[in-house]
Amino acid sequence: MAKVLMKGNEAIGAAAMEAGCKYFFGYPITPQSELPEYMSRELPKAGGIFLQAESELAAINMVYGAAGSGVRVMTSSSSPGISLKQEGISYIAGAELPCLIVNIMRGGPGLGSIQPSQTDYFQATRGGGNGDYRLVVLAPANVQELVDLIIEGFDIADQYRNPVMILGDGMIGQMMEPVEFKAPKKRELPEKDWATTGTGGKRKPNIINSLYLQPEDLEEHNIRLQQKYNDIKKNEIKVESYNLEEADVVIAAYGTTSRIAKTAISQLEKEGYKVGLIRPITLWPYPYDEFEKINDNCKGILTVEMNSGQMLDDVKIAVKGKYPVYFHSRTGGMIPTPNEIIEKVKKIYGGEI
Amino acid sequence: MAVVFKKTKGLTDAQTHYCPGCTHGIVHRLVGEVLEELGVLDKAIGVAPVGCSVLAYKYFNCDMHEAAHGRAPAVATGIKRVRPDNFVFTYQGDGDLASIGTAEIVHAAHRGEKISTIFINNAIYGMTGGQMAPTTLVGQKATTAPNGRDEAHCGKPIKMSELLATIDGAKFVERVTVTTPANVRKAKKAIKECFKLQLEGKGFGIVEVLSTCPTNWGYTPQEALKWLEENMIPYYPLGNFRKPEEVE
Ligand SMILES: Cc1ncc(C[n+]2csc(CCOP(=O)(O)OP(=O)(O)O)c2C)c(N)n1
Ligand code: SF4
Ligand SMILES: [Mg+2]
Repeated sequence: MAKVLMKGNEAIGAAAMEAGCKYFFGYPITPQSELPEYMSRELPKAGGIFLQAESELAAINMVYGAAGSGVRVMTSSSSPGISLKQEGISYIAGAELPCLIVNIMRGGPGLGSIQPSQTDYFQATRGGGNGDYRLVVLAPANVQELVDLIIEGFDIADQYRNPVMILGDGMIGQMMEPVEFKAPKKRELPEKDWATTGTGGKRKPNIINSLYLQPEDLEEHNIRLQQKYNDIKKNEIKVESYNLEEADVVIAAYGTTSRIAKTAISQLEKEGYKVGLIRPITLWPYPYDEFEKINDNCKGILTVEMNSGQMLDDVKIAVKGKYPVYFHSRTGGMIPTPNEIIEKVKKIYGGEI
Repeated sequence: MAVVFKKTKGLTDAQTHYCPGCTHGIVHRLVGEVLEELGVLDKAIGVAPVGCSVLAYKYFNCDMHEAAHGRAPAVATGIKRVRPDNFVFTYQGDGDLASIGTAEIVHAAHRGEKISTIFINNAIYGMTGGQMAPTTLVGQKATTAPNGRDEAHCGKPIKMSELLATIDGAKFVERVTVTTPANVRKAKKAIKECFKLQLEGKGFGIVEVLSTCPTNWGYTPQEALKWLEENMIPYYPLGNFRKPEEVE
């Protein structure tokens, strides 16, 4: 298929439809409203349903119902709206239903701003809702990758019966880039024989539920969930890395921030510095092992984020104290510049920090 | 031997956990019977609430989905929009529907979702041990209103049927009770009419059932029925608040 120029938020919608998603429940919020607007235009033409809910609480619970009924379904929002969705996300994870949730992050806390940020890393990777559950969290760095991850995200959700979150920021939602819609790698997807479709008089009732009143039963359920999460850790980690064997400094960054890091790295290389990159594409499961590939003489790891240090914790877990970990951040909708990163790297080189 | 009474196919064989004399059980039976009599068990998908009827998913003999507290109408919306040919109903308490889930029920009605709701108003939070509900009567004692509900402090009880009847999308709204055999028959008739409305694709329908909670009211089952008739019915009048024009 030929490449088409698309805005990130609209590309999400097109990719979801390409993946066979015909149902979208959402509530408007900047900076992702182009997505529900696109879906309200396009889904009915494809025989699908777009419904604007009365709140994000309702939207995610509509997703819960639809996912339980066995269809591919999605919702999207931005930070404050994703906070409201946490209740439903926890139930969906507990009931083990597949769905796709998009968070186009903006600055926080509270109403924050409408500018790009990465401040919901903790919320996405550490839970956010109650209980011992995990989301598969995918962090695209460009619109093509966004499209690829949306399409594959639905497959991952179906394969593991688990909600998948796309964690982007305001920049990727607004950015226009050429994209191509490609089929993802083939997976064996299980039948949705658990779905509420009506018994048709042919089987026992199906029940979608996250309640286990007996402690033994809930423990067993939790252990099974952890086994599933371990399978996901084994099979689904995605990461891009560069020059870990040679680098004196390795930058860790994800999403759009990693693009700024790449600009800084090529400039630094022109000046003779050896700088590497680890760009996690799955934020959960996190590519901890990738950090083992960093050479022993590396002077330090520079984590760059648009928050006050969230992935920073995972980087520290990953390097196990082997290298010093430095941090560069802009928050509140401010975006780090390549020059800021270049200066930080030079300081690490010079032993100034 | 002639069979004069048998259990409805609309309910499973599971033993319910309801307290003796609780009217949740009667309403379950009525809903089960109506599902069976309308021949929709095979295509029914029920949504259970959080409240004493949280385990309703074990009792109704059809596909069931357990929702978060108050969100049953949103879950039912998701199901019905995806499966318009199925019969979708919610079963909710007064804390669930009239407090934490007010937005969800109002907007499901307002959109005219083609779902049916059974609303159990027992003027109390049964499951959590008798706290005040938005439906608790003025003067009625609750564990969080130890001196009785004080109107100056928390207003008068909310009348959900009257409120929902002002919404265009709500095509059937009726308040019933199950205190006497005659009332039980009327309640069943209302539930059947309400469910038929969905089958005819006409819009949102709700049946509010004034119910007892002998355990948390602190009465015997008989006393509780009497208290309901003497105190709840005067404030929550029985009757139909809305029917589609064709039915009128
Ligand atoms: C989000 C959330 N808040 C509070 C609770 C605790 N809770 C469980 S049932 C209930 C009240 C149920 O009362 P009602 O809906 O009237 O049902 P009843 O038990 O009276 O039938 C509450 C507050 C909960 N489970 N979830
Ligand atoms: S606590 Fe009240 S509402 Fe709940 S089962 Fe017992 S009597 Fe019924
Ligand atoms: Mg109650």
